[in-house]
Amino acid sequence: MPESLISARGLTKKFGDFTAVDGIDFDVAKGESFGLLGPNGAGKSTTMRIIAATSRRTSGTISILGRDPEEHGPQVRAHLGVVPQQDNLDTELTVTENLYIYGRYFGLSKKFVNKKVEELLAFAQLEEKKDVKVEALSGGMKRRLTIARALVSEPDILMLDEPTTGLDPQARHILWDRLFRLKEDGVTLIITTHFMDEAEQLCDRLVVMDKGKIMAEGSPAELIKEYSTREVLEVRFGSDRNKEVAPILREMCDRIEELPDRILLYVEDGELLLEAIAAKKLHPNTSLVRRSSLEDVFLRLTGRSLIE
Amino acid sequence: MNSGVSVENIRRNGALYVAESRIRQMSKWKGIITLVAVGNPLFYLVAIGIGIGILVTENSGTSGTGGVEYIVFIAPALLANTALLGAMDETVFPVMEGFKWRKMFYAINSTPITGPQIALGVFIAALVRVAFSVFLYWIFLVAFGVLSFQDSWMAMVVAMYGGAAFGALMMGVVAGVKKDDYFLTVLGRLVITPLFLFSGTFFPLTNMPIYLQPIGWISPLWHTTELGRYFGYGQEISGSMLSIHFLFLTAMLVAGIKIANIRFTNRLLK
Repeated sequence: MPESLISARGLTKKFGDFTAVDGIDFDVAKGESFGLLGPNGAGKSTTMRIIAATSRRTSGTISILGRDPEEHGPQVRAHLGVVPQQDNLDTELTVTENLYIYGRYFGLSKKFVNKKVEELLAFAQLEEKKDVKVEALSGGMKRRLTIARALVSEPDILMLDEPTTGLDPQARHILWDRLFRLKEDGVTLIITTHFMDEAEQLCDRLVVMDKGKIMAEGSPAELIKEYSTREVLEVRFGSDRNKEVAPILREMCDRIEELPDRILLYVEDGELLLEAIAAKKLHPNTSLVRRSSLEDVFLRLTGRSLIE
Repeated sequence: MNSGVSVENIRRNGALYVAESRIRQMSKWKGIITLVAVGNPLFYLVAIGIGIGILVTENSGTSGTGGVEYIVFIAPALLANTALLGAMDETVFPVMEGFKWRKMFYAINSTPITGPQIALGVFIAALVRVAFSVFLYWIFLVAFGVLSFQDSWMAMVVAMYGGAAFGALMMGVVAGVKKDDYFLTVLGRLVITPLFLFSGTFFPLTNMPIYLQPIGWISPLWHTTELGRYFGYGQEISGSMLSIHFLFLTAMLVAGIKIANIRFTNRLLK
């Protein structure tokens, strides 16, 4: 069993009558890339804030590098790099200055920080923008800068809350590439996301959260294997006919999900099922065979889509 | 974690790191800060000190201003006002920005720096601004021959002390402001302006009807001004009143910092 950096048992956080995190257990091993997957309001960010020693838990226990974050906040935070959901950079300072002042908050020497800033500018591909005020940067650049900022102290654990939300596809891929490099370098990553592709790309292991609870845990492949079939056939017969043909299709596959615009059919071989459907003279307007994803796992576990 | 990260070092110096970054942020506004620090006293000295001063002197000599020229009478008040306004600028806006507008305090608090250290850092930086502005103003007053170089430097120090007390109070108050819709307007027009007008700035507080004098009694500007007049040109004040002025400002300073510490901690730790 690899060394556990984070260990939570019965972790609960309530805001008045509302339970944001409802008695969850999880462990994160050193060097692991651990994901919290779930829709908005699932309790992911609250869990992150408890780990980051910036939120008091209501009950349960949590240990980060052997310390309770509530009792040893500064000591715990010294080991963390935190990338919040919304960039909170100082927009009036330059890119370089933002990295510099953050390094100083960790008590690092000016000499070290100045050297580190050069390295981080290269990592974040922001060398040409080093003397530009942050307010002039694009959304993707600001995000990369926030990640670079979190790395200034060479943290043991990098925490990323919805790292690519609001970014265009190109910016997302650049960011994924940067995060993948960190993962290769052995940095422990904790990522919250409601994007299944992001979770599949970046996470070695993840928990699926909904309404403050952990619904399932495992690697993306394990979760898909356990909670879904190998392939999914998506068919569209038009919104009126979907309802009509659904009972017939139900007999032909392992599982069926009726969404407002399409029907998802869960099988091992999608092409084979499509042929069988055609043989019954049911001709969908469109069809698509794809492999199962974490979205399907989430649908199975909660009966709802991740992005609603 | 980099081996250079020392939690013990941050525990000792965290507030200084915050102050360092605040001063860096302030330096972006150095032109404006200097212009305000130089321009403001100049306008007041010329318009009120000289303009209204002539009117006052022609009508009542120096009998209403404790035996000194009008410009000398208002100089410590303007010095105190500069200190308080500078302290307000460097506490109200950074705290609103830090918690609400740009949420930078949350970024600082994700490092080993704690809420009280952020508060203290902002406060230290505000004091630097206050010291700079008050010093410039004092130089002006000395250069214009209003105050004496040798005998009035303590007036500069007490102005800074008053600025510190008011800055601490403002920091404590603003740390509790969640909605800023009306706060700044109310603060500017219904708190700062009356304090400026009813704190014995332009005339002795005792000129006011007794029912208006309490505004001065609770005003840090009045307490700072009275101390400034004592140390600036030797206005007569009893020992007990001197103590009351110092104690009032000290109580404000301590209470402001305590409130700020509690509010910063609670607001950052959800």
